[in-house]
Amino acid sequence: MDLDALASCLTSPACLVTQTTSGLIIGMLLFLVAVGLTLIFGVLKVVNFSHGAFYMFGAYFAMTAYQLTGSFALAILSGAVGTALLGLIFERAFMSRVYGRDVLMQLLVCYAFVLIFDDVVRMIWGPEFRSMGMPAAFQVPPLFIAGGVVPPYYLLLIGVALVAAVVLGLGLARSRIGKVIRAAAHNPGMVSALGINTGLIYGGVFALGGMLAGLAGALAAPVRSLTPGMGFSVLIESFIVTVIGGMGSILGALIGALLIGLIRSFGSLGFPLFTEGLMYLFMVIVLVSRPTGLFGKEVA
Amino acid sequence: MTELQAGQGAQPLEVPRIDARPQRYRDVLIALAAFVLLALLPMVFGSKQLLDFVIRCAAYGLFATSLNLLVGYTGLISFGHGMFFGLGAYGFGLMMQKTGVPIPVAFVATLAMTFVVAVVIGAICVRLREIYFAFVTLAFQMLIHSTILSWQSLTGGDQGLRGGIPRPPFLGIDLSNHLHLYITSCALLVIGLFLMRQIAQSPFGYTLRMIRDNATRASFIGIDVWRAKLVIFVLAALFAATGGIIMALFVSGAYPEFAYWTISGEGIFINMLGGVTTFLGPMVGTVLLLILNDTVTRLTEYHGIVLGIVILFFAIGLRKGLMDFVVEWYGHRRGEGRG
Repeated sequence: MDLDALASCLTSPACLVTQTTSGLIIGMLLFLVAVGLTLIFGVLKVVNFSHGAFYMFGAYFAMTAYQLTGSFALAILSGAVGTALLGLIFERAFMSRVYGRDVLMQLLVCYAFVLIFDDVVRMIWGPEFRSMGMPAAFQVPPLFIAGGVVPPYYLLLIGVALVAAVVLGLGLARSRIGKVIRAAAHNPGMVSALGINTGLIYGGVFALGGMLAGLAGALAAPVRSLTPGMGFSVLIESFIVTVIGGMGSILGALIGALLIGLIRSFGSLGFPLFTEGLMYLFMVIVLVSRPTGLFGKEVA
Repeated sequence: MTELQAGQGAQPLEVPRIDARPQRYRDVLIALAAFVLLALLPMVFGSKQLLDFVIRCAAYGLFATSLNLLVGYTGLISFGHGMFFGLGAYGFGLMMQKTGVPIPVAFVATLAMTFVVAVVIGAICVRLREIYFAFVTLAFQMLIHSTILSWQSLTGGDQGLRGGIPRPPFLGIDLSNHLHLYITSCALLVIGLFLMRQIAQSPFGYTLRMIRDNATRASFIGIDVWRAKLVIFVLAALFAATGGIIMALFVSGAYPEFAYWTISGEGIFINMLGGVTTFLGPMVGTVLLLILNDTVTRLTEYHGIVLGIVILFFAIGLRKGLMDFVVEWYGHRRGEGRG
């Protein structure tokens, strides 16, 4: 425990800016992963325990595309599109077989794929740590805001995540597809009776969720090291985010992700060894006081 | 929990016997026979590997069977049950390293500590339902795991409890002797399974099944659902901790992996593999998983893929655990024979 470090940071503008920015990028990446998770849960009513693997694949796809083409935009695109396709195949081939069944079965199918996907990555890209490196366009001096260091790439990352959040939120609230998705979440039987192919919607939502996680992975690739199993800690954290925010709530995912990002960033100063513990503690406190999360609704 | 709901499963609802004594005598006989068989094993096959295998089965088997009291009998899918396995291992290991009390005292004290922790954590967790229960137990597990990692001065952090656990002889039992350790592990396993069996067959056990099948109905007829869930949560924690103690004795240490969430994941997988509707399903699952782990690790470095495919075979292909499958198949066959 190092509360002095925390206190001196809280009183220094430079340190505040640096820590807040790093908290924001953690939060934004987590939001992208968690919002996919919460969307899949909200519509399909399954907890996608293999969601972290999509984040991992997004990062590896982006790294490979960047090494092959040298284009950062293509890297991000292949991360997102590749995982969307993967999500679609995974849902149609496997997850669709366990809908409405025991939660245990769904968890097990996902657990099986956590093991399989990690080994597939190990086979293709090797077991060691890999890194994609910062794209040339962002190898520029950092900005200084109130004395705090803010790398330009962080701004891009936060910007892309915010755009994704707005597009997703508006799309679900306003567009026709969004309405159909929400209807399917609410009453799939009715939607299917109206002649809408619910299987297609389920596949699409799963692909969208996978795409968001893949996008997060691709965005994280320049600033994180890549390793098989990297999806796991992200998965656990995004679970905490969705549970804190309330399973199925997009706003909840956003707020939960930002809270967790800030807790991690400032907690690493005050409690260097117990940063992870702080998140779990926070989750426990939230669940004890509000059993369905901050924005969750009790479903009977 | 559609799979487990009454009326949908293939088996009819069991009716508890009014006089449970004949069944208890039968269980005592089975337990004694099992213990004698296990105790005779070293005389027939002297291989150290086999004895090690049985000791590991005892540790994981107690853990998995206790998890099934929650998952299979009560419908509480705990994703953090492994925390009690880890607490047992660390509690016992620390007690032996730091205090030098006799082993039975450390054993009882570890269970007492687990009891207290389980009451506190359980009181919070059992209020929540289904997936929220799963995640809050997972969070507690990771909280304990983080605490173990960060409290380096006490637990040794990510290095684990090293330097070995002292095992002074007591009552003529010397646990640093491999054969004594083996016999003690078998005894703990058999006693633990016997006790859990008695819990499962008691009126309280049937209350748990009712809560699993329809908690609302159970509370309408006056059952305190929260209390019943808490009691089974704490009891299951004690047996899981016993498994952890066996593990700590076996490896002469305790490692953070014992408290990591994957232990809970494996426990659930074991239950799935063996089956959740029969009492001995988790034991069968334990043996299967350990054999599978040992052989697959020897054959390929990609054992995740192999394990994953086996899980998929059970979850999507068989749709139930091995014992569930066998019992159902046997039931069908017998039914046909009669008809």
